[in-house]
Amino acid sequence: MDFFSSSGVFYALIAVFLAGAIGALFLRRKDSAANIWGNSLAATGSLAGLLFAGASLLHGSATAFSLGTSFPLLTLTFRLDRLSAFFMLTVCFVALICSVYAIGYVRHYYGKYSVGVLGFFYNIFIASMILVMTVHNALFFLIVWEVMSLASYFLVIYESRQSANIRAGSFYLIMTHTGTAFIIVSFLLMYKVTGSFDFETIAAGLAGASALMKNAIFLTALIGFGVKAGIIPLHTWLPGAHPAAPSHVSALMSGVMIKTGIYMLMRISLDILTGSYWWGIALLAIGAASSLLGVLYALSEHDLKRLLAYHSIENIGIILLGLGSAVVFSSAGMDTLAVLALAAALFHTLNHATFKALLFLGAGSVIAATHTRNIEKYGGLIRYMPLTALFFLIGAMAISALPPLNGFFSEWLTFQAMFQGVTAFGLTTRIVFILAIGSLAFTGGLAAACFVKAFGITFLARPRSEAIAAAREPSVLSRLAMAGMSAAIIGLGLFSGVVMRLLEGVAGSLGSLRGAAPPGSAQFQSVSIENGFARISMPVVFAGIAVAFIGVMAAVYSFTRKRKTITGPTWDCGTRLTPRMEITATGFSRSIITVMRGVLRPSSETEIEYHDANRYFPKFGTVTMGLRDIYQPFIYRPLRELTAMIARHVRKVQGGNVNAYILYIFLTLIGLLILLDVGS
Amino acid sequence: MTAARLTLWIVQIMLVPLLSPFFIGFTRRIKARLQNRAGATSFQPYRDMWKLLHKDEVISEDASWLFRAAPYLIFATTLVIGASIPMLSTALTNSFTGDFLVVVYLVALGTFFLALAGIDAGGGFGGFGSSREMLVAALAEGGLVLSLLTLALASRTTNLIAIAGNIGSVPLAGYAPVALAFISFFIAMLAETSRYPFDNPATHLELTMIHEAMILEYSGKRLALMEWAAANKYLIFLALGANLFFPRGIAGTLEAGPVMLALLVLLLKVGLFSAVIAVIESSIAKLRIFRLPDLLFTSFVLSVIALGLVS
Repeated sequence: MDFFSSSGVFYALIAVFLAGAIGALFLRRKDSAANIWGNSLAATGSLAGLLFAGASLLHGSATAFSLGTSFPLLTLTFRLDRLSAFFMLTVCFVALICSVYAIGYVRHYYGKYSVGVLGFFYNIFIASMILVMTVHNALFFLIVWEVMSLASYFLVIYESRQSANIRAGSFYLIMTHTGTAFIIVSFLLMYKVTGSFDFETIAAGLAGASALMKNAIFLTALIGFGVKAGIIPLHTWLPGAHPAAPSHVSALMSGVMIKTGIYMLMRISLDILTGSYWWGIALLAIGAASSLLGVLYALSEHDLKRLLAYHSIENIGIILLGLGSAVVFSSAGMDTLAVLALAAALFHTLNHATFKALLFLGAGSVIAATHTRNIEKYGGLIRYMPLTALFFLIGAMAISALPPLNGFFSEWLTFQAMFQGVTAFGLTTRIVFILAIGSLAFTGGLAAACFVKAFGITFLARPRSEAIAAAREPSVLSRLAMAGMSAAIIGLGLFSGVVMRLLEGVAGSLGSLRGAAPPGSAQFQSVSIENGFARISMPVVFAGIAVAFIGVMAAVYSFTRKRKTITGPTWDCGTRLTPRMEITATGFSRSIITVMRGVLRPSSETEIEYHDANRYFPKFGTVTMGLRDIYQPFIYRPLRELTAMIARHVRKVQGGNVNAYILYIFLTLIGLLILLDVGS
Repeated sequence: MTAARLTLWIVQIMLVPLLSPFFIGFTRRIKARLQNRAGATSFQPYRDMWKLLHKDEVISEDASWLFRAAPYLIFATTLVIGASIPMLSTALTNSFTGDFLVVVYLVALGTFFLALAGIDAGGGFGGFGSSREMLVAALAEGGLVLSLLTLALASRTTNLIAIAGNIGSVPLAGYAPVALAFISFFIAMLAETSRYPFDNPATHLELTMIHEAMILEYSGKRLALMEWAAANKYLIFLALGANLFFPRGIAGTLEAGPVMLALLVLLLKVGLFSAVIAVIESSIAKLRIFRLPDLLFTSFVLSVIALGLVS
């Protein structure tokens, strides 16, 4: 066990990713070689990372190691505490599955785009995510954070012949750098107080900092990391960028990359700093808004991958509900409840990584087989891709929080954490918790509606276009990868008690929650919270459904086995049924969108061309339905105009006169000298 | 004692599927009387089910395995729920699946597959039925969760059977939130069980049907299962309403006497609930679909207020 958690293994696995990256680039002339080299090394590295992170997590105590560099302030410090190990485990698990999937999936890029370049950025991307989760020095963190952003940017614009992808990529690049700017400010504020870039020293030094300084650090970090996590209203890049990437990369971006933002928010709000009440309330409010709006936007999508991307925003919201509750509890000194809420957030982080990755992989298989992302063109795929359909159904059930899968348990836990918030606080805080619970309840229902749409319109009923009949299952490795992920989803549901105990340990290892009593007992057979306020046994839920299902089937079979079953056409009211008579994705969700029109601002334009001047006989008509974008005109455009205005004013300084520039240099020098004098 | 417990467990599991068709029939009969018709006996649904189980079955050629499996799964979820809710005795604890969120999400599991089965045959009716069902189910979720949470907080446990045992001892001042939560629950219940003013259980008019539209393509044994599962869901919600908000009469022990009495009281209470629903269905019109959310949001707001009041 100790062998796996040693620093040598860590350096070796980073080296594997680098070898995968560089090797793929060297092999770029031969697509199949680049594919196999790049993805199998990525899979090897991820597997090693999985063992390393797993061993570190079970090891308990944190392991730290560092490499010195010749740059001042920059030592490459790594520290694997349980939080880092947990997040690294999540990254490596999803990366392992995605890499196995990719070996089969990437084939359809042969001869179209350079597979070597894909392998290069893919390996760099995974390695940088692992580094982001493990480094323990702010400067070094910024470097690997930037590498991660750039690698993902190049993966987003990988299918570079589609101009929409380039646009999505550019927007992503701008947004992520705006975020990075805020992160830099946050780290500089920390440096100003503590004089160090080492997270350990910062955490110790910040204890005595003023409340204003702490608030400033938290707020800048919230904006900076919130952009990466995709919280509303900073989410606008996400539904464009995630779908543009190849599907196994989308799975990684939606499943784990956005979690780097969550990781740092957890790190800063509960480990480096100690949470204050208002941060928790803010996180709860953001979480409620993101979850509810995310799922509503998803409902109105009929691009399969964009739909999934919006669900990432929803799930980030659910995670933030847990994190926000944890911060509120922690600020009130209720550390046990904070551990419960944080464990819920961590569990949902892990669960979302599994089912969102599975859904993206399933969507990738569908898109590769049908060559379109438009749900309205699918239909009946369950007959042509039965296994993909089954895996997608498992993912859809998990994300809709249906028992007995893992998504249900983490939402249950999040609910329970917030229930405790209702009982523990006075009226104002209680109302916040009640509304957060309400938003989570509606989110669950709407997510189920959305996935009835996504699964039903995609896989069920009759094909809506000719391309469907040619659709085939993806390669064996891709199917195997999806099967592995489905097994993980079922397993995490079944063994949720065991995982829960592990995650309580992770939550309890954070700086401000250290030494908190566990919030109840978590065992395989049952989980109990707060002296039996709530109890659940996921294995019994699982077994109950299974036994009842088989029992009903056996009973009905034995009773009716003499009866015949005939297949016949669907009732067609006397006319021949065509695919156009089936319900569409737009039609399915339109009623919910109409109900929510106050929030969603749906738009609908009708154009009809007539045969005659009297407008009796229409020639053809088009109806365009969509949602009005409320973020561009009210948030982004004013900001852009403000930036442009400032830039215009600043331009006056740059007159092109060399003498003036020398004057500036001179004035700056004087200013700096005065500052130095005042400072000393 | 264990023998008594085991017997009661078997009774509890059998109770919902055995009694549920009766209450569907009973509600229909009262409605018939209110419409000056004689109506069929309350036992008619049993005969219908028996008949359906003896018929051959036609399945759409467009339907997949999901359409074939869904009735079994939906019926199975109602059985699991039936074993997780307070029916006869609060001494029969269930700390495994008795959490109210488990029950709410098991209901959602059934709805999920019901809606998928509606889409699967590829008919226009089924798809729209599914769309409407998901609209109603999604919006009913808030009121349902929060009204049950009100009870959970008032009785300091989220276990439904324990709630039925504890809620009776809530001080009189605590009844205001419980009463508000009851109205909220009642609205959500009408939505979940496809009753007026949300859905018309007797209709086959394409413009208005929700539940009937989804099961339109079913016939034979699978139709019997779907109807039966819907009846189970009806009884489950009636029993929840009766035993959580009016727990009087439910037995506190496993002894035969109190349990028999509890069964009688339960029949009375649920019968009364069905009568109320029958009266409602005979006296108001069905709302148009875009008015339904108003009612469901009312349910949500009522339980938010109830939760604010609960101490």
